[in-house]
Amino acid sequence: MDGFFADSSLLGINKKLSGGEPHRKGGVLDYFLTEEQEMIVDVARRICDEMIVPQRAHLDETEEYPREILNAMAQADLYGLYIPEEYGGFGGGAFEMALALEQVARGCTGVATAFAASGLGAYPILVSGSEEMKEKYLPDIAAGKRFAAFALTESGAGSDASGIQTTAVQDGDHWVLNGTKQWITNAGEAGIYTVIAITDRKRGARGATMFVVEDTDPGFSVGPKEKKMGIRCSSTREVILKDCRIPADRVIGRQGLGFITVMKTLDLSRPGIAILGVGLGQAALDEAVRYAKQRVQFGKPIISFQAVSHMLADMAIQVEAARALVYAAARHVDAHPDKASKPSSVCKTFATDMAMKVTVDAVQVLGGYGFMREYPVEKMMRDAKILQIYEGTNQIQRNVIGQELNKEYTK
Amino acid sequence: MLKIDAEACIGCGLCEDACTFAAIRVEDGLAVVGDNCTLCGACVEVCEEGALSIPRQEGEAPADLSSWSGVWVYAEYRRGRLAPVALELLGAGRRLADKRSVEVAAVLLGSGLQAADEGGLEAAARELIAHGADRVYLADDSGLADFSDDAYGNILAELVRQYRPEIVLAGATAIGRSFIPRVATMLAAGLTADCTELDVRAEDGALLQTRPAFGGNIMATIVCPRTRPQMATVRPMVMKPLARDESRKGEIVRIEPAAAWLSSRTKVLESVTAALDQVNLAEADIVVAGGRGLENAEGFAMIRQLADTLGGAMAASRAAVDSGWIPYPHQVGQTGKTVAPKVYIACGISGAIQHLVGMQSAETIIAINRDPEAPIFNVATYGIVGDVFEVVPKLIEQLQRRSDS
Amino acid sequence: MKIVICIKQVPDAKDVRLDPQTNTLAREGVQSIMNPYDRHALEEGVRLAGEQGGTVTVLSMGPPQAQEVLREAVACGADEAVLVSDRAFAGADTWATTHTLAQAIRTIGGADLVLCGKQAIDGDTAQVGPGLAERLGFPYATCVKKVLSCTDGVMQVQRLMDDGYDTMAVQLPALLTVVKEINEPRLPSLKGKMKAKKLAIKTLSAADIDADPAQIGLPGSPTQVVRVFSPQARGERTIFQGSVDEQVAQLARELQQII
Repeated sequence: MDGFFADSSLLGINKKLSGGEPHRKGGVLDYFLTEEQEMIVDVARRICDEMIVPQRAHLDETEEYPREILNAMAQADLYGLYIPEEYGGFGGGAFEMALALEQVARGCTGVATAFAASGLGAYPILVSGSEEMKEKYLPDIAAGKRFAAFALTESGAGSDASGIQTTAVQDGDHWVLNGTKQWITNAGEAGIYTVIAITDRKRGARGATMFVVEDTDPGFSVGPKEKKMGIRCSSTREVILKDCRIPADRVIGRQGLGFITVMKTLDLSRPGIAILGVGLGQAALDEAVRYAKQRVQFGKPIISFQAVSHMLADMAIQVEAARALVYAAARHVDAHPDKASKPSSVCKTFATDMAMKVTVDAVQVLGGYGFMREYPVEKMMRDAKILQIYEGTNQIQRNVIGQELNKEYTK
Repeated sequence: MLKIDAEACIGCGLCEDACTFAAIRVEDGLAVVGDNCTLCGACVEVCEEGALSIPRQEGEAPADLSSWSGVWVYAEYRRGRLAPVALELLGAGRRLADKRSVEVAAVLLGSGLQAADEGGLEAAARELIAHGADRVYLADDSGLADFSDDAYGNILAELVRQYRPEIVLAGATAIGRSFIPRVATMLAAGLTADCTELDVRAEDGALLQTRPAFGGNIMATIVCPRTRPQMATVRPMVMKPLARDESRKGEIVRIEPAAAWLSSRTKVLESVTAALDQVNLAEADIVVAGGRGLENAEGFAMIRQLADTLGGAMAASRAAVDSGWIPYPHQVGQTGKTVAPKVYIACGISGAIQHLVGMQSAETIIAINRDPEAPIFNVATYGIVGDVFEVVPKLIEQLQRRSDS
Repeated sequence: MKIVICIKQVPDAKDVRLDPQTNTLAREGVQSIMNPYDRHALEEGVRLAGEQGGTVTVLSMGPPQAQEVLREAVACGADEAVLVSDRAFAGADTWATTHTLAQAIRTIGGADLVLCGKQAIDGDTAQVGPGLAERLGFPYATCVKKVLSCTDGVMQVQRLMDDGYDTMAVQLPALLTVVKEINEPRLPSLKGKMKAKKLAIKTLSAADIDADPAQIGLPGSPTQVVRVFSPQARGERTIFQGSVDEQVAQLARELQQII
């Protein structure tokens, strides 16, 4: 129940509750959330249950961008969760963001991706931007008036970011950008894009710079919406910069700081991807258990068969382990932002691999019904796959962890 | 306040189960009532030990109750037509009046300019007499052409004050539910909404008004012991009209409404007739749904007709929607809407689990299906095993005949 | 513009559902919620206050735990919350309820506009709105599905009728009851929740609102419940027998009784 209604004594009624709230069903541990954190969960949970769950199948089918839901999330103040109060935000960190994202992802990973992408687009400004830049952009992003997007990937630069071809050339008090960014989440829907471009190829890792590009800048356009396997309601397009001319004050931080900003951004945002796996895994577990209790074969609900109940138990174990890990990692990232790389890779890898496995198992528990689009689990399985791929494939994450291990044990 | 007799209470917990508000619970073998008790009396009814009671403070009935006499029916008239419920109420009113040995009167408000070629209000008044009214109070004024809570309410309240009927009935229609509560408040009279049963208590002649509450999970019988008139709105299609009898005699009393009665603080600017959104499933009290058994889109014409007859909305199973017989907004079930109407009539729907999750909270489920083994019968309150193409048209005919006769 | 929204805490009808295994009504714990129609009244009030300038006060009559729905209303945009609560109000019918609510509205300084849901899902009477308007001496419109305008103290609204709708002008101060299609209510926001947590809810007793003891609670209610009973128990399944005509006749008879 809402912890903060301390003075409400719905005693008689609470007593009769047979289980917790839906989002607590199947959960195991108390994470000792503060009153404010409970409120975040509660606000996001209502949006999930009352808006996202009823619409997700339709959104998946039509690939419509969930503008109405995202506006409701903005109205509920969720877009400002991780933005400091001086810029109109709530002043939370990666952990608070994770609490909200978990609930949203329980409803639909596509909606959660569209929501999280604005945070990813805003992080470069937050970690490296000047005071003026923060004042200019963050209040609108916090209010959800304008969505943000992060533009890193190119056709030749995926896991290997050094392959970036987009260039920025100084021209008086302007920069001129040329290049095409690929698979940019929120492209076409966002107003504010944080874009990395090569400013001096000779300087290698220090030769890239991040810029803010607005959708109204001359030379900015987007490509057609990509047809995806999962998270189909989120918008994924090319961002095309053709002699795109922007003022000099759009440089995020300093020239040459681009790759560092990208790394810091991803370190902060990875727990946010990890938690999508937790929310999605929980949703798959919820569906599988509900179905297994209801479905009767050989005269008994199938949950009474050990083959099924052990699968469900394994799913529950995995989901809770991932949740505990991601919560701990997000708290670590907030406390030690300079030592975030390994924990954020660890949690992203574990939680998203978990989501893939658990959603596949959920489809199995539902059998033929699970394979049908009428039930939500096949979508969950399709949605899970991207989590192992985007914001650094799980193979790249293991590289990072391996390299860290190598370093740590050399000392 | 609810009284609990600690000596008699055995802590069985029946009261706890009966309470819709979770306001009573058993602690240490004794029932304890909480602050949120609404004194609905559900627990008193189930207690087998007689340990619970709600002391009534009815007191002495005011002496002048007996000076109120007669049963009145508000005869709704709109766009030149009597509402069918007016005749149904006369049927019910007649039975009550006969038990009380009093007269039945109807109150008819409107403007004769409407439907003048069909005899206007005069013809409607005669129709009321033919259906059981001994007297019709008729106010015919151009100021009553549009329904107005103020004008209609003022006139009805004034007439009641003047003629003092003991009972006033009105249809629980949009109009009745809008202005009758105002009239009751003006008269400081008790009003019971949406009654499904009316009777007279033998010992004192009080009107027993029975209505469903809490989404139909409980029925409550209500009386007005201290005030007159006893007022009730009644759901359309519940009461039976009397057979039309042209030979019945009755008096038409013309009322000249005073200008003050006709004044209204609201004004109708435009009155639009439109078929109500049949897709608004969520709010419908009655839902008629069709499935694969209807065989084609034409089958749904029959479903619509049944829905219209009952004043309900039309729904469909996924199979029917996928076949393109009816658009998606009508779909009920796992991937469609979830509905909880008072009545859900499933025609030619087998009752796959995906469909059941969307409608099993309906109060009453009626299944019509050829296959006696169809799972829909497991959740049905009433079932007919038979061909929908035979059963449904006959049902429509029966219902229409009942409401016409 | 001073807008007062009347809201009621009700048991959640959704909690009452059919257990597919036992075919009986399973009522595992009844949650209390804000009456769904009142959420639409609140949304319309918050929307109008934003557009016209003004304050939104939510008012509820109920036991102390009705504070919960008032706090939720604040989390959804209301500015102030008032609870009228007194053991003396218990057992009130709609006549006694409208006296209590009208006295409370007078106590807090009146209103330019009072909004109510069309009806509450526990009682389904739809009587409190019109009755309260009469107590306040306000004109009213029931079942409003759209507010078209609000200028110079006159509101233009569309009111749902059985055969369509009426567009009507209503002079302020007035009372409207609303149906669900009027808007899509917003959900609680984070800042709203923080505000709701801190807000002191004004609680008024029968004495505070100068209520007439003869018009409140069970003793002040002209209608009294004499009997409460269960309708035909769920799970009793009737498959009609006989010829098709006989079966249809039986069904039509049952239908007329329940509708």
